[in-house]
Amino acid sequence: METCQKRRDFIGMALTGVTVVGGACALGAMKKSWDPLPSVQSAGFVTVDVSTIEEGEARSFAWRGKPIFVLRKSADTPKNAKRDVVIGEKVFTLVIGLCTHLGCIPSYDAKKKSFICACHGGVFDASGMNTFGPPPRPLDIPPFKIAGETLVLGEEGEEYKKLTAKKA
Amino acid sequence: MAEIRKSEGFIDWLDQRLAVKAFMRVMMTEYWIPKNINFLWAMGVVLVVLFGVLLVTGLLLLMYYKPDINLAFDSVNYTIMQEVEYGWLWRHMHGVAASATFLIIYIHLFTGIYYGSYKKGREIIWITGMVLFIAFSAEAFSGYMLPWGQMSYWAAQVITNLFSGIPVIGDDVVIWIRGDYVVADATLTRFFMLHVVLLPLVIIVVIAVHFYSLRFPHVNNQESEVFDFESESKKFLEGDKKESKVVPFWPVFLSKDFFVVGFFMTIFFALVCYQFDFAMDPINFEPANSMKTPAHIYPEWYFLWNYEVLRGFFFDIGGMAAMDIGLIAFVIANIVFMILPFLDRNPMNTAPAHKRPVFKYWFWLLVCDMIVLTVYGKLPPTGVNAWVGFVAAVIFLGLFIALPFITKHEAKGDAQ
Repeated sequence: METCQKRRDFIGMALTGVTVVGGACALGAMKKSWDPLPSVQSAGFVTVDVSTIEEGEARSFAWRGKPIFVLRKSADTPKNAKRDVVIGEKVFTLVIGLCTHLGCIPSYDAKKKSFICACHGGVFDASGMNTFGPPPRPLDIPPFKIAGETLVLGEEGEEYKKLTAKKA
Repeated sequence: MAEIRKSEGFIDWLDQRLAVKAFMRVMMTEYWIPKNINFLWAMGVVLVVLFGVLLVTGLLLLMYYKPDINLAFDSVNYTIMQEVEYGWLWRHMHGVAASATFLIIYIHLFTGIYYGSYKKGREIIWITGMVLFIAFSAEAFSGYMLPWGQMSYWAAQVITNLFSGIPVIGDDVVIWIRGDYVVADATLTRFFMLHVVLLPLVIIVVIAVHFYSLRFPHVNNQESEVFDFESESKKFLEGDKKESKVVPFWPVFLSKDFFVVGFFMTIFFALVCYQFDFAMDPINFEPANSMKTPAHIYPEWYFLWNYEVLRGFFFDIGGMAAMDIGLIAFVIANIVFMILPFLDRNPMNTAPAHKRPVFKYWFWLLVCDMIVLTVYGKLPPTGVNAWVGFVAAVIFLGLFIALPFITKHEAKGDAQ
């Protein structure tokens, strides 16, 4: 009787063990199936020509499915050493054009010199700093590298590292 | 093993093999429902009918819908709406039924609160009901994404982005849920899977548990009168139907429910045929564009109240970012109803709200506050609107914080 019980217990424990290990592995596999595909992850590096942007003009580009705003600051726009991308004489604001609140796309209002988000009323200044409303942080700066008068988005150049170092 | 004899007919043949007669007795003719109820007790059956409508129309839509970002919009707005015979009917029925389901869920929910049907043995009914509410919310959200219009896209963007509020891993979770850096094809196909398979399965299972959990504490009644179902049902079976306090589910209770269902479906089809526009946002007739946010984003009416709680907190308080406060409030708003049976510290008093001195004010204040939240959830969050939203959101949370104290106070009054 007792041996019988022991054998049953053993089968029960063996089954439990196999199920737990197998289940954990299966969950891991399922998690990975939901991950972005390699083709999506390597969707690449985008080169953006900023030489033709006029003073005070904001232009948008697409990078990894996200809008990127490049604003060339006019002379009377306040500078921000922690965020400005300087190419020669020209000073640019380079940001991901998604409101840091819930990901809507703000638009640049040249008169107010601000990025304004229509969804929940968030406002960012010309450097991308949040000045009003629910956004919890300034607009994000995408990784970039300066190459002549173009910007390579997705690559972490020296200037990008300097900016992120200052932030910290 | 049952004794199998030559059958006297088809039903008897089935009965010997499946015990259909006993099954019908348990499920229908001897499932006892109190007499002292009103039309509000018919909402469960109305919801079952609506779920049936959603299932059948959904199957028909599924035959032509294409879950691909390049094909989805046209498969809905051209193929289903213009080419498929009666495709427009299935789509409008599906959309209006989704809206109607939430209307009836809210009536069902407030009925439960008003008559104290969430406590004293009925906690599991209440909790499974709230699980159904969350599952239906996920179903509605995933379904809204499928036509791949501007509102589909930006609702998906905003809602998936909510997960970025999770500390540390938030941003990675968002990318994981979407399967891409932004809402994209991978997002559409996985939410399609959720909408047509996983969530409906979950809903069907939870509905079964919801019904099962009703069998033991029985259906509540208007006065919350406690009586012995066994002796009352005996009276009924012995022919004393007038004296008995109960009626069988079938044919007595259901026939009355069918009347309510008939009345309701008349209104439903009037909406489907003449007022279907309310479930069809004009902005969603523009194909999804990841580079252009619509000027004003709002959810369907049934999500407006918790959406307003989310955005009601628009300024930082004590070093906490506005967004984080809003998110926490939003999460609380979505689960606080679930723990209602435990916030009510007067668990033995199931009297209807109008017989409870303080609770009745609490109840109507909650209803009014949720209507205010719903109305202001639709308005742009500027100027005084933002403040109304803030105050209404604070009142909403405050009501649930106050509930244990109010009910405890009531319980003391009852004891005297």
